[in-house]
Amino acid sequence: MIQTLFSADGLTTIIFLVFIATTLAGALIAVASQVLIRSVSGLALCFLGVAGIYYFLASPFLAMMQLLIYVGAICVVIIFAIMLAESDEGQRRNNPGLLAGIAASLSCAALAGGIIWLALRNGWDRVAERTNEGSVEQIGRALLTSHSMSFELISLVLLVAIIGSLVLSRSGRNRQ
Amino acid sequence: MNPLMLSNCLSTYLIIAAVLFGIGIFGLVRRQTFIGMLISSELVLSAASINFMAFNRFLAPDPTTGQIFTLFIMAIAAAEAAIALSIILAVYRNYRSIDTTDLKDLEG
Repeated sequence: MIQTLFSADGLTTIIFLVFIATTLAGALIAVASQVLIRSVSGLALCFLGVAGIYYFLASPFLAMMQLLIYVGAICVVIIFAIMLAESDEGQRRNNPGLLAGIAASLSCAALAGGIIWLALRNGWDRVAERTNEGSVEQIGRALLTSHSMSFELISLVLLVAIIGSLVLSRSGRNRQ
Repeated sequence: MNPLMLSNCLSTYLIIAAVLFGIGIFGLVRRQTFIGMLISSELVLSAASINFMAFNRFLAPDPTTGQIFTLFIMAIAAAEAAIALSIILAVYRNYRSIDTTDLKDLEG
């Protein structure tokens, strides 16, 4: 086992385990920390691990997009919102009891365990043959041919979201 | 099962995604501010993305479909984060709080 651990496969497995640990530790920090800015840092850590998992799923393009969009954009936007809406979650006045926390963690563990049980019980059928490699060039071609309608719709959704968020954060502010 | 083939097995990714989903739901239940709930919902979305990418890698005949779908999930998540954060800012401007228990104007 020790010899095989230092082979190429062993090193790959170690890097994969590091990515999994990063993902789960980041997610736990994100939900367990009482200070919001630490939660966002945990979220960024979790997204970093998810990008590594995407790399192992044979998609370096999606790994880069995950870093650019999630870590580079969404986390920064959340940090800006935390700066604008400072909260006092650190010194809570109405802390829900320990019993509620135990019940919540038990039910969520049961939920995750049920999904894992279903996923492992089902024997997934292997696909016969693949039609292409899934490279970046083929993604771009599929995005502009067979998925062009949803591509246009998603840009429309983004435009509406930009205008809507501008309108929402503009209203209620008194004119200088 | 050979432990060195861990990264080449569909079940590994499904288990990671299920655990991430459970953590996200736990955060949605437990967090008491809107931004905390938004962070937890991002965890749930990334769990769904990992599932799509895993099925795309191991089972799909056309491996571009899952990657494009994951890209769309990212775009939807970005739009959702922008809208949710501006709603949170509007709520903060009216109530001076982003605590979920402070918004009880409609409470009977």
